[in-house]
Amino acid sequence: MNAAIIVFPGINRERDMAIALARSLGRAPRMLWHRDDDLTGIDLIVIPGGFSYGDYLRCGAMAAQSPVMRAVRAHAARGGYVLGVCNGFQILTEAGMLPGALLRNAGLRFLSADCHLRVERADTAFTGHWQRGAVFRAPMAHGDGNYFAAAATLDRLEGDGRVAFRYAEADGTVTAAANRNGSARGIAGIFSENLRVLGLMPHPEDLVDPLLGGEDGRPLFDSLAAALAA
Amino acid sequence: MKAIVTVMLKQGVLDPQGRAIGQALHGLGFATVGEVRAGKVIEIDLAETDAEAARAQAEAMARKLLANSVIERFEIALA
Repeated sequence: MNAAIIVFPGINRERDMAIALARSLGRAPRMLWHRDDDLTGIDLIVIPGGFSYGDYLRCGAMAAQSPVMRAVRAHAARGGYVLGVCNGFQILTEAGMLPGALLRNAGLRFLSADCHLRVERADTAFTGHWQRGAVFRAPMAHGDGNYFAAAATLDRLEGDGRVAFRYAEADGTVTAAANRNGSARGIAGIFSENLRVLGLMPHPEDLVDPLLGGEDGRPLFDSLAAALAA
Repeated sequence: MKAIVTVMLKQGVLDPQGRAIGQALHGLGFATVGEVRAGKVIEIDLAETDAEAARAQAEAMARKLLANSVIERFEIALA
């Protein structure tokens, strides 16, 4: 099982992601530069967080047009797995691989804090090591994490079970207070139609080591390891 | 020719930046200020002399990159 991390200029979470992947998958991911377009033999592509191309124009807009994204699209069309975190989520929406868009946080402030996420379904390659309704802690660090989509799109996402995670209180209740960036319906992460592409704003990869305060994010990577080994 | 592309958030999409500007204007005593929306203007020099062709090119650019149709609308002016 092979994972690759795509590195755009301005990305800064790729090493955290590499550590989290290596821990669960048992081998280091390949690091791919944004000009690479050969994804042969890769099962899982990860687009990490950061500020690709300085967030110019819109977060993720420039990266979405880069050569490697054509290959990522083809990989997803073949049924390959793709994970986008934070800027990676923004890039996937800008590339049209996930619906909606990430707007400026409703309170205008950059949010750097832990949040709690509720797992909306546990029968996917990304969430199999959680129970449905489980709550886990994840750090968030973003200025543009306010998920937006037209009401009809949101209804479709919910109806099709494509909401992966929602911002919640520690007990799992979804409240306006827990939804600090103002995301539509408290949505923190969504799946593609075939459930093989996941985008989310918070950073599970930054909580996979007891030394850093916990392993709350680890089930995401353990789930992937199990799904890809199968 | 120059194409001037104005990109604005669609009506119905929350514009916290516009709202913050509005609040600041109120704070400065501009009591008549209502809703404020903030957007961006992108000027593009084009090696093109035909206005219709220039507009078509600018529109293609706006659709492909300059505006995100999920959240934004755009207008094109030529100069």
